[in-house]
Amino acid sequence: MIRVTRSAVIDAPIERVWDVLRDFNSHTAWHPVVAESEIEGGEPSDQVGCVRRFTLRDGNRIREQLLALSDRDHSSTYCILDATLPIRRYVATVQLKRVTDGERTFWHWQSTFDAPPGRERELADLVGTGVYEGGFNGLRAYLRTPRHASSRAASASGSGGAAAGSAMAAQGVVVSAFGGPDVLRHQAWPARPPGPGEVRIRQTAVGVNYIDVYVRAGLYRLIEPPALLGMEAAGVVVDTGPDVVHLLPGDRVAYACVPPGAYVSVRTMPAEHVVVLPDDVDDETAAAVMLKGMTAACLLHRTHRVRAGETVLVHAAAGGVGLYLCQWARALGARVLGTVSGEDKARLARDNGCELPIISRDYRFARAVQDATSGRGVDVIYDGLGRAAADENLQALALCGHWVSYGQATGPLAPISAEALSAKSVTLSRPVIFHYTAERAALNEIAQADLRGAARRGVASGAAAPVSARERRGGTSRPRGASDERAARCSSRDDMLASPRLRSSLDDEPAVRLKEPRADVPQGPALPDQFVAEALALQHQQPGQESERL
Amino acid sequence: MIKVYVSSVIEAPADAVWAEIRDFNGLPKWTPFVVDSRIEGGLSADTVGCVRNFRLKDGGGIREQLLALSDYDFQCTYSILESPMGVDNYVATLKLTPVTDGNRTFAEWWAEFDCAPEREGELAQSIGQGVFQAGFDALKGMFRR
Repeated sequence: MIRVTRSAVIDAPIERVWDVLRDFNSHTAWHPVVAESEIEGGEPSDQVGCVRRFTLRDGNRIREQLLALSDRDHSSTYCILDATLPIRRYVATVQLKRVTDGERTFWHWQSTFDAPPGRERELADLVGTGVYEGGFNGLRAYLRTPRHASSRAASASGSGGAAAGSAMAAQGVVVSAFGGPDVLRHQAWPARPPGPGEVRIRQTAVGVNYIDVYVRAGLYRLIEPPALLGMEAAGVVVDTGPDVVHLLPGDRVAYACVPPGAYVSVRTMPAEHVVVLPDDVDDETAAAVMLKGMTAACLLHRTHRVRAGETVLVHAAAGGVGLYLCQWARALGARVLGTVSGEDKARLARDNGCELPIISRDYRFARAVQDATSGRGVDVIYDGLGRAAADENLQALALCGHWVSYGQATGPLAPISAEALSAKSVTLSRPVIFHYTAERAALNEIAQADLRGAARRGVASGAAAPVSARERRGGTSRPRGASDERAARCSSRDDMLASPRLRSSLDDEPAVRLKEPRADVPQGPALPDQFVAEALALQHQQPGQESERL
Repeated sequence: MIKVYVSSVIEAPADAVWAEIRDFNGLPKWTPFVVDSRIEGGLSADTVGCVRNFRLKDGGGIREQLLALSDYDFQCTYSILESPMGVDNYVATLKLTPVTDGNRTFAEWWAEFDCAPEREGELAQSIGQGVFQAGFDALKGMFRR
């Protein structure tokens, strides 16, 4: 066994050195021999067990796993999992210690490993000199660069430029009173400076969701008019208030959260809901996928952990969340059945991983499900329908099945007796996304999983994925100019609602439908995947008809 | 129980520094605050369990027992048996680590002990700065390059 030890004294306080080294993926920034690096699976880079996959400048590739990390002891231990170098059983520990007389840090770096006979010295030298000593000098240089020298906190609090301290002009879509689409007003809605824990975002794309209709109509009492609509958006951080440590001005960000307030060009809001976007997810995609994608992520990974081999029934399989559920459940190895309302939806669902889209307009699907599963039923039902599908859901479930009721497009569930569940040992869940994302760590995990999925789907499957309206429409409508200029030209409501800021996420041609909003929106009860007209078009329904739908 | 920790960098190889401080009876040679020292019972100064009995410049006498000594780790641990300092359960460790970058020494000296709560600040200061840091400063002076 070879043991390599190197140590150095760094002219910086231990907190500053550790802030860099504790990030298992930071070595691309400071280590001269590291070319590219990423954490596999998008896990946080300070999560014990995470794996970094990186390339050295000489072309060698290495995968290393974080085995231990201690903020108390300022130490981390990691091992090599795979490498194109002949190094085996490599375990290394980085240990920092405070030099109390002077603002300095002692850095101890040690490893043990095996190497092929005859190559011990060469590899020990590579590790000790190339990696460890090179790393010491690399970090010294990195800490001297002005960008890093100006601490995060300092740049954040001193940010905002001319905008800091004063309200910014902005335009919003405001609900003047609960009611139909006619209650919406396009008006000035200034964004005040961020207070403690808040961030101000110049929004570039806003997601539109069915829930916006519920909110506008007053069915979900999430706002008190006059107030803004909208659950999700993406944009760029303008400035941050005190105590915000995870965002910097200029960061590309997105969010999905209550209370509503996303239909606006600049928004000031709690920073805790806001996540930084990966480079490979564009703003429009992010605004489109945050709420629906995180909903799908929660439903598939938390409410019920879908496993390979399970059979899943997705109601409204061609709807916004439905398409995600189909794709994702299929990717997880599940067999996916679905319900849709027509042929076109069936094709869309099938293209997205739904093996058997059951076309039904009257919520009769249990028989078809039983036939498709040889009488066994499905392991889990993702139900956005609510009342009208309840009885058939119980019939369609397998023994010990899981009924996940996350929406109620046909009306709230009638009370269900425990006895009805015991007939098949059914588990009933009634999840609410925002409870799952209430804690910052969970939000990050879910959002990053969602965004990574979106990036992959966008690359891999393109048009079929519910990634963004722009892609679905063939890239014909890029966001147009600045909001203020745009707003000034908005005269009719339709024009206003077609504003590029209100980027739709799941319909096929929202702008067109906006011009003729009632043409093909069903008058009576319908499956929610008749989101066809999507939230914006639905804004044009009369309250009476809407509640009929509910 | 409070802990006092002091560390420093000495501009000399660790084995050279260790050669000075591994002698449990050698405080008068390298610290500025010990006048004389002897090992009780005729034991050698590197016998684990031996007791050093020394006098401070200000006249106080202290008895300390060697609990561990490692030439491999450049580290020794000792406890106070008797002292005028008013501390209980006092255990201290002095440890050197080589700094390969520049062939220097990272030196650490820490102690844990109990005392009256109102004396914690005063003792942390007098032990941390008056003893440990003063000792390191003396070593730095000896090895100034």
